[in-house]
Amino acid sequence: MPATALAFLLSSCNRGILDPVGPVGAAEKQILINSTAIMLAIVIPTMIATVAIAFWFRRGNKKATYRPDWEYSGAIEMVVWAIPALTIMLLGGITWIGSHDLEPSKPLASKVAPLKVEVVSLDWKWLFIYPDQGIATVNQLVVPAGTPVSFRLTSATVWNSFFVPQMGTMIYTMPRMTTRLNLQADRTGSFNGLSSHFSGDGFPGMQFQVQSLPADQFAMWAQGARGQGPALDGRGYAELSKPSSYVKPMTYGAVAPGLFDAIVANKAPPNPVPPPEHNQPVLGSKA
Amino acid sequence: MTTEAATIGLTHGGSEDTGLGHRGPESKSIVVPYGFWLFVLSDMVLFSALFASYGTLVQATDGGPTTHQLFHRDLVAVETIALLLSSFVCGLAMIAAKRANMVWTQAWLIMTGLLGAVFLGIELYEFASMIGEGAGPQRSAFLSSFFTLVGCHGAHVTAGLLWLGTMMAQIWAKGFQQHIVRRLLCFSIFWHALDIIWVGIFTIVYLIGTL
Amino acid sequence: MTLFGRLTWDAIPFNQPIPLITSLVVLLALGGVAVWVTRMKAWPYLWNEYITSTDHKRIGIMYIVLALLMLVRGFADAIMMRAQQSLAIGASQGYLPPEHYNQIFSAHGTIMIFFVAMPFVIGFMNFVVPLQLGVRDVAFPTMNNVSFWLTSSGALLVNLSLFLGEFARTGWLGFPPLSEKAFSPGVGVDYYLVALQISGVGTVLTAVNFVTTILKTRAPGMSYLRMPVFCWTALASNLIMLAAFPVLTVVLGELMLDRYLGFHFFTNDGGGNSMLYMNLIWVWGHPEVYILVLPAFGIYSEVAATFSGKPLFGYRSMVFATLTICIISYMVWLHHFFTMGAGGDVNAVFGIASMIIGIPTGVKIYNWLFTMYGGRVRFTVPIYYLIGFMLTFVIGGLTGVLLAIPPVDFVVHNSLFLVAHFHQVIIGGVVFALMAGYTYWFPKAFGFTLDERLGKAVFWCWFIGFHLAFMPLYVLGFWGATRRMQHIPDPSWAPYLNVAFVGAVIIGLGIVLTVVQLLYSIKTRDQRRDITGDPWDGRTLEWLTLSPPPHYNFAVLPDVHGEEAYWTRKQTAIKMDQLIAEPDYKPIEMPLNTPTGIICAFFASVCGFAVIWYIWWLAVLGLIGAFAVFVWYAWQDEHEHIIPVEEVRANARERRRIRMEHLHELSQST
Repeated sequence: MPATALAFLLSSCNRGILDPVGPVGAAEKQILINSTAIMLAIVIPTMIATVAIAFWFRRGNKKATYRPDWEYSGAIEMVVWAIPALTIMLLGGITWIGSHDLEPSKPLASKVAPLKVEVVSLDWKWLFIYPDQGIATVNQLVVPAGTPVSFRLTSATVWNSFFVPQMGTMIYTMPRMTTRLNLQADRTGSFNGLSSHFSGDGFPGMQFQVQSLPADQFAMWAQGARGQGPALDGRGYAELSKPSSYVKPMTYGAVAPGLFDAIVANKAPPNPVPPPEHNQPVLGSKA
Repeated sequence: MTTEAATIGLTHGGSEDTGLGHRGPESKSIVVPYGFWLFVLSDMVLFSALFASYGTLVQATDGGPTTHQLFHRDLVAVETIALLLSSFVCGLAMIAAKRANMVWTQAWLIMTGLLGAVFLGIELYEFASMIGEGAGPQRSAFLSSFFTLVGCHGAHVTAGLLWLGTMMAQIWAKGFQQHIVRRLLCFSIFWHALDIIWVGIFTIVYLIGTL
Repeated sequence: MTLFGRLTWDAIPFNQPIPLITSLVVLLALGGVAVWVTRMKAWPYLWNEYITSTDHKRIGIMYIVLALLMLVRGFADAIMMRAQQSLAIGASQGYLPPEHYNQIFSAHGTIMIFFVAMPFVIGFMNFVVPLQLGVRDVAFPTMNNVSFWLTSSGALLVNLSLFLGEFARTGWLGFPPLSEKAFSPGVGVDYYLVALQISGVGTVLTAVNFVTTILKTRAPGMSYLRMPVFCWTALASNLIMLAAFPVLTVVLGELMLDRYLGFHFFTNDGGGNSMLYMNLIWVWGHPEVYILVLPAFGIYSEVAATFSGKPLFGYRSMVFATLTICIISYMVWLHHFFTMGAGGDVNAVFGIASMIIGIPTGVKIYNWLFTMYGGRVRFTVPIYYLIGFMLTFVIGGLTGVLLAIPPVDFVVHNSLFLVAHFHQVIIGGVVFALMAGYTYWFPKAFGFTLDERLGKAVFWCWFIGFHLAFMPLYVLGFWGATRRMQHIPDPSWAPYLNVAFVGAVIIGLGIVLTVVQLLYSIKTRDQRRDITGDPWDGRTLEWLTLSPPPHYNFAVLPDVHGEEAYWTRKQTAIKMDQLIAEPDYKPIEMPLNTPTGIICAFFASVCGFAVIWYIWWLAVLGLIGAFAVFVWYAWQDEHEHIIPVEEVRANARERRRIRMEHLHELSQST
């Protein structure tokens, strides 16, 4: 069974969280692997000992010594308390350091100024606002490679969780609250993103793509998008807020200033309590 | 006495004192109140979750009324005195019950009930006037948690009064039988426990809220 | 509002084939059973021997029957989910639209935890603890009956949602704001809330009962450190129940106030705070899993000692570890939401606390290992489960410690990695123990053992099925797959999901074989009669009685002179080739049967149903009915009956006769 597990693990080596594209994901992967190795060093011998001891001391084995009254040994107690305790102390140290180093709200060390992105989870799609660039996208996050991205996140309706496995840390999005996250993609490419907190009937449609472009291409994209296509003003936002799922990526060429803060403060149109059709079947998925 | 000999023959009777602490199952007069105490402890946990909710939400007034605008210490003082007195006379009722004195037991129990009803009456008046001035539990999270915490205590008091009425009827009809007195003891534990919770409430909700 | 609140004909799922057909099949099955029972004229038997019984053994059996029935429902949900995830890949939406799939996974979790695992564990504690303590019953037998029926009332309401209305679509914990009225206006969340509130009362009463029983009613001479380890774990589990379930009552009650009366505990407006729900529900939720796993550990301790022919290694260590786990279980709840953004300090503290719980757990594994060391291990079905558990659970513990490290959790929270972890510890830890306990104590309950070969086949189905079903999910979790997905976006996940489906089918085969094993064992029971009452050469007091024990368990409460009360007594008797001297028999006072439980649960169900459907007049009637039952019961003076001394003496002498024969056999063979 450990062999099968190992085979499975090996086959999954280069995907998802095991193929991080930035410093946050890479650090988390390292902690995952180190901790697993430390624990396997204890767990595998224990599993082998379990099978070996049970087999050796089977009733039919006349060679095994039967000690019907042996029920305590101080030395063994000391060892069996010590092994888990020492392991946990080691892992506890890793936990303390790692929890502080990789605290999501902690800005990433970089020579480059961070890109600010504001994230809003709606029913059932992702809105990304670029306050400095004056544009916004739906279900598509474009970032410059090598630049730290500083996120402020919220939800317009119910809880979700913003997660790009290859970039690392996920964080909840909660209505009337702002969470903070810092991530970075060091290489270019296209990565999957999703919501990792169940949010209702349209939840499976909350997939999005992250495009990591070279810095100059990103600047060109941002400039090019400005002024093109629909505007995310009051009416545009009200339209976007209507429940929909599996929404195709789109871009807004203009964004009402302070929209994110208005959403957090519950002052963005429409009324935050959604209309009664909220929980009806999503288009195309009737029984 | 060797273990073997002991095993073979000489120690039946159920009350051997091994010196290690156990003489067999305890009697009902110990077991029943013990179990009831455990239930009261679980009720304390219930209230502590309500206190935790209150503590989290006390500032969440949504622009509506705050603690300083709503609470009246003098009314709370009267409520508190009524409830504490109610507990005191409940204790007197227990003493009378132990002495199997029907008249005084019922008299003190009626007093317990009346004082409890006074407490409830004042509380209902407070709730009604708050709701009347637009500070009902639907107004804000703070008010939801206030009405729930204080209201849950009030609901326990109400249930206690129903229980009290039932107990008074039982004592009247059946006298001071062992199991009836045991139940009365459980009722008095419950009633005193409600006092303890009330001390918590008037401190955390009313005193701190009007500082 | 109409006479029937919001209940209309639309509540019946006429246009939804799966619930409709299931409802018809279940109604037919129930009808069939009712007809069969009537034809056998067995209603009086059922009513007197089980439904109104205050006998902890009968109540324990009823709990386990409830659990096994609900296992079928919970498993049906599981295999539907696996099938959907194998089918709904890429362009296909599968056969379950989101509003159905979302009910199914919510029902699966709710039923498995509240109506399979809890009743199963509580059923064992009911059956075994008084016997192991050497007493006649629990402290409050009537309340025990009420607890069972209130739990059943909750199970009834959850299942009713299949026929009338819908179930919650929020997951098994119903997080707001999704579970608030604004986002879940239907009856589903209300079914969930009401069912759990009713059964929660039953659980708190159980906790009061067992803590009192274990601390205040034990056989003479049984001090704390002479109690069997299963009783210690039962004590710890019930202490947790006592302290955790009131929190659940509060948090679900607050959500009900939001939904029913427009309060603002967790709403998006009015200053509500949904993070408060997350905290309170997990303050309950984490201790809950220890409620389940600690008695499971207790079962393993009993099984390991009995089938190794040795006492449990490190008894005091095990007791200390159990109580440590009991206390620390209250200090770790935040690890369920590291990704909520509490900050480095808070996350680290809770992460470390969560790992610390792994220490006493690890110690237990080693103690079971050293119990087998130096023993003569008999490879019976329970030992298969013990070894299967030891291999499976340590990996589950490993993944658990990984999840306890916040930076790791940041990338696997809510993923299929998490799903695989908790199924690993629940199936490997709790379910295997329940199957082991089922095999181990079955003969005590019914007087014959289960067929061994079929039992081993069931084990292999669970062991192989579990690994096939969940190992692929660890991989998918690393690939970024999250939980509760009605549709799979990435076709490359298909092979793994298909393997998982096969695993689920194999588990299903195991469940079918369990039924087959039961029926076959009943049919061939004469070949495996438990004549002596001690089929496994046991070490604890339940094996002192015949199988099944008389209603009152022991003619005279046994005197306890050391740890392993029964083993010492048995060994002495074998050595001296003589039973203990015949004691003075006395008449025995036992509690009467009572219909209080089922009537109370009836009114609770009526009231609950009425509250769900907004039928207010019926809700009030239900409450009044429940209060009336309470007063009526309290007004009775006769709650006990006396078993005459002749009967006690006759049963005891029969037992002694059988034991003497068995003793002669044993002393000749040693």
